[in-house]
Amino acid sequence: MEFKSITQLKTLLDENKISIKEIAETYIKRINEKKELNIFVYFNEDIIHYQAKEIEKLPNDKTLKGIPIAVKDLFCTKSMPTTAGSKILENFKPTYESFVTQKLINQGSMFVGKTNLDEFAMGSATNTSYFGNTINPLSKNDNPLAPGGSSGGSAAAVAADLCLGATGTDTGGSIRQPASFCGVVGIKPTYGLCSRWGIAAFASSLDQAGIFSKNVKDASILLQEIAGYDQRDSTSSNVQVPSFYKNLNPSLDGKVVGIPKEYTVDGISDEINGVWEEAIKSLEKKGAKIKYVSLPHTKYALPTYYIIAPAEASSNLARYDGVKYGFRASDAKSLDDMYELTRSEGFGKEVKRRILIGTYVLSAGYYDAYYLKAQKVRKLIANDFVETFSDCDLILTPTAPSAAFPLNEKQDDPIKMYLNDVFTVPASLAGIPGISIPYGKDKQGLPLGIQLLSKHYNEQEIFNAAFALEKDYE
Amino acid sequence: MKLDTNTINKIAKLARIRLSEEEAKELLKDMNSILDWVEQLNEVNTDAVEPLANISSAILPQRKDEAQDINSTDEILKNSPDKLEGYFAVPKVVE
Repeated sequence: MEFKSITQLKTLLDENKISIKEIAETYIKRINEKKELNIFVYFNEDIIHYQAKEIEKLPNDKTLKGIPIAVKDLFCTKSMPTTAGSKILENFKPTYESFVTQKLINQGSMFVGKTNLDEFAMGSATNTSYFGNTINPLSKNDNPLAPGGSSGGSAAAVAADLCLGATGTDTGGSIRQPASFCGVVGIKPTYGLCSRWGIAAFASSLDQAGIFSKNVKDASILLQEIAGYDQRDSTSSNVQVPSFYKNLNPSLDGKVVGIPKEYTVDGISDEINGVWEEAIKSLEKKGAKIKYVSLPHTKYALPTYYIIAPAEASSNLARYDGVKYGFRASDAKSLDDMYELTRSEGFGKEVKRRILIGTYVLSAGYYDAYYLKAQKVRKLIANDFVETFSDCDLILTPTAPSAAFPLNEKQDDPIKMYLNDVFTVPASLAGIPGISIPYGKDKQGLPLGIQLLSKHYNEQEIFNAAFALEKDYE
Repeated sequence: MKLDTNTINKIAKLARIRLSEEEAKELLKDMNSILDWVEQLNEVNTDAVEPLANISSAILPQRKDEAQDINSTDEILKNSPDKLEGYFAVPKVVE
């Protein structure tokens, strides 16, 4: 049986056309058939069977009863180990459940496994994981492609039909860019909408949980379930979460959509600009008003991000010292020796690079020149959005500067790799919500994503417009 | 060139990451190119701009500072690479 979406599977369950046990068996079989894609860091059939039995006992009004969900391995889960894609957390068994995954469990969802990611979510191709690359399921045999990153495993799991939804985290684009590469929907909500409790921290002022799904409707259902106030995250916002799904309304009459001129970047293919152009036309046809706008500080977003994110990471990752959990180097003679060897052997190259940059920009004598400067530019970037949203409801841009690239493409220049996030990072710095939906394909048949942004807590408007645009490809 | 090998090694020491000579050499190249690249922020006039540390536009509520009994010692110690009589164990600190 084909499962196209959460709404469809819910109908099948309601009509008793399928059992929870059959869903479990179907997805176990599918995951076993796609092992070579290396999508899951952790997959255990017994745990899925056990969940299925428990879920059957739940009342039928649970929103996600029996829905197969994949979890990015950055979320702490009690039933499965949590590695953050790092050797330093190999075999770590959390003693608590993350806020987001607990909410999903409460609604009866079935976790099919923990998905691969860039180590500590630092990367754009799911190629810095200690557990190897994930292969984009849309690859042709002779040319394995990257799924994007850092939540590449989650995006790939949805694209390969190994679940109907997945959790991700987005610090600079780690949901939206892989969603674009894998041809699925990915939403990063407003900073603070979902609690960060139980998510291995990367850059705390930017980290935000979000969702991958097959379509916009499903994303609206899932986001609604994982959002909400949590007093254990001091930046969790106590706002009323709207009924995103119930409120879905594809009407764009009178909506003003901003097109920022700074997102026309050199070296972007005509195909990507073409897809952007088509989406603009479609919005106009659906009744939206198009407004060409300027976000003048856009070009400074990436360098700002690559100061702030490593700075926060260097502080957050100080906790991995080989004492309390995870990996410890074996032949240390002194305590300092143990710290240094543990971190040297436990962290991969990209993580070390970011910890050292972060340590440097926060160190005495450089703090003002780098970190404080970056925080000031961040303010200007955020202000650009505030001003634009004073007379625009939404902003439309491409999601990524390319389609999925070959896995073995040499990425020895870190700055070139960082450019993957050129369209996603500004929204992260401003803390605003953004969605990527697949919109058209390139010449090789690979999906291209477009991104819709709006002001803080305006996810509903984003869902509505994405829902309208999605219909172009139904 | 902003960094030299000495500075890299000093930062690595601060971050408690031991680098091989080869790693230090490679990192020196990468970090210098990254630091040169972020230099462009100096083009931006930020004289009257407040640094932004928390982007949230919501009022962040405070909670009562109350102790909660969440985990047992045993459960937490299970994740420790080395433990002794209810404590984390580390290599000898005092000779």
